[in-house]
Amino acid sequence: MKLLRLGNFPLDNRRLIGALFLTPALLYIVLLVGFPFLLSIAFGFSDVTVGNTDLSFVGFRNFLAVWENDIFRQVFETTIRFTLISQVFILIFANILAVIFTQEFTGKWFARFIFILPWATPVSLAMIGWLWMLDTKYSPIDYLLLQLGFLGRGGLLSDNRNLFWLAAPDLAQISVIFVQVWRMTPLATVILMAGLSSIPTDILDQAEVDGSRFMRTLLQIKLPLILPIMVIALLFSMITMFGDMTVVYVLTRGGPVDYTRVLGLYSFQVGIEGGNLAQGAAISLFAFPLLLAMAIFMLRTASRAEVR
Amino acid sequence: MNALGFVLTNFWALLVLAFLGLVGMRIVWRLRKYGATRRELRHVLRRSPFYFVVLVFCFFAAAPFLIMFLHTFKTDGDLYRRPQPFVYRQEPTLEHLDALFNNTAYLDFIRNSVLVGVAVVIITLLLSLPAAYALARLTGRWGERAGILMFLVYLVPPTLLFIPMFRIVVLLGLKDSPLSLIVVYPSFTVPFSMWLLQGFFKAVPPELEEAALVDGYNRVEAFLRVVLPLSLPGIISTVVFTFTLTLHEFIYGLVFIADTSQRTLSVGVPTELILGDVYFWQPLLAAALIIAIPVGLAYNLFLDSLVQGFTMGAVKG
Repeated sequence: MKLLRLGNFPLDNRRLIGALFLTPALLYIVLLVGFPFLLSIAFGFSDVTVGNTDLSFVGFRNFLAVWENDIFRQVFETTIRFTLISQVFILIFANILAVIFTQEFTGKWFARFIFILPWATPVSLAMIGWLWMLDTKYSPIDYLLLQLGFLGRGGLLSDNRNLFWLAAPDLAQISVIFVQVWRMTPLATVILMAGLSSIPTDILDQAEVDGSRFMRTLLQIKLPLILPIMVIALLFSMITMFGDMTVVYVLTRGGPVDYTRVLGLYSFQVGIEGGNLAQGAAISLFAFPLLLAMAIFMLRTASRAEVR
Repeated sequence: MNALGFVLTNFWALLVLAFLGLVGMRIVWRLRKYGATRRELRHVLRRSPFYFVVLVFCFFAAAPFLIMFLHTFKTDGDLYRRPQPFVYRQEPTLEHLDALFNNTAYLDFIRNSVLVGVAVVIITLLLSLPAAYALARLTGRWGERAGILMFLVYLVPPTLLFIPMFRIVVLLGLKDSPLSLIVVYPSFTVPFSMWLLQGFFKAVPPELEEAALVDGYNRVEAFLRVVLPLSLPGIISTVVFTFTLTLHEFIYGLVFIADTSQRTLSVGVPTELILGDVYFWQPLLAAALIIAIPVGLAYNLFLDSLVQGFTMGAVKG
């Protein structure tokens, strides 16, 4: 028996097979993410443009130029504000929805289909729907408000027939935040559902035996148990949103003026549309420390969740 | 067309009727089953706020899609002249759907997206199936570290990397070709599917593999003949979600490809169906809805499986 197994020894060596299995994927990732990342840093310290491809070292010039740029300051602030505000709403709605969708009820399958649509639809395509919903002239929302008497002559919100959702600074910001909440809530909900469904049933059974009611079980048992998962869901959607530019690209292109311009869009406009690769790279690199901090925080929470 | 016309012109009445009909049938069914007692009626009443909340959320989620559906068949006159967005005043028309498929590059976008998606799924599976198995079973501590690294990589947003990626794509001579996307997309699909597959592999009882090893299989055979078939449902759902990740991606597709006929759905529809300032609203909205519905159905179908993979991968990791 031992001799036989010695025969195909290499194929039975756990560590060897493990390394063999893991290496191709690891290599691909290191090449395709690690290398561009280093290149991005190199770009940040160079004067590369679309026309001029040789990298000559210019030190911190790009980063300083970006940091002293007023537009960049505003863009950075807008990105952080959008991310933080939308997370509050996402977390509230996701909690409610996760509790709803971990229960059995009539029509659940269809309700779940409807509620998943905003997340399942490719972002840029869903934004087309919102572009029409928030249209300056034809917005169906405005039409409803007009019929209800909120708009039009003597209306409560405005004398105008339209609110100009994407053209007024405040409303444009509110619209972008609303749409982000609309499309990201399902993702956070699904992560929370995973957390809720991983609670061992014996704990819940015990609670039921002890006469714990629905709200009490929810608030005193389920919520504390899924708190780490909630932090993960939160950071996950924060990171996704922080790096997103699709929503504003389709809806507003950063306008009116700069009011909805976020970091990703700005780096696209400077780096690709403006052709200044070096400064574009420097702009997006400013996001990195924040993203890294969020990711590390998330991993620490996750490892604490495992210990439980 | 006549049936469609009837549905569209009486859309809201039919929607309300269908809803009330279904609710009524359900209540009658319950009363038949459990008896029309007061307790049962009270149960129905007590549950109604819950359903109301569900209904409100559903309405917000569905609103843009309802509008997409209602606007697809409107004539220009009905859409733009003294608009009443929720009702049809003129005969519904199929001319805009016809224009979408015959006068625009929509079919090219679909073809490119499918091509890129399928190729990326194949590359992703080839790389991540063995890697996920290694993470789940074979490697100890350093495998765990590698897994965490992979997860971190998944969190790197494309907005951080698209500028150097663009340079690399140009250097490789892949600019304006869907091949560029096929090469680059695995950078986020591989970490994602590894994370998910690892969870599914962990759900396979180790005793089964050990039995296979005792029976004279080696590790690779045990993986191929025992673990893979047993996690097939998980693998299928990984395929579905990997494919839709490629469908969703926007920035790389926007930056790498400028040639209309080579663009993918997510980039082509919002950029190429708009000529300057002229929006072709009916085709635009239809183009979005036609993609949204099947992807939504696929998500709903595989959601439980995704949740399970998430749980196994993240919580018991």
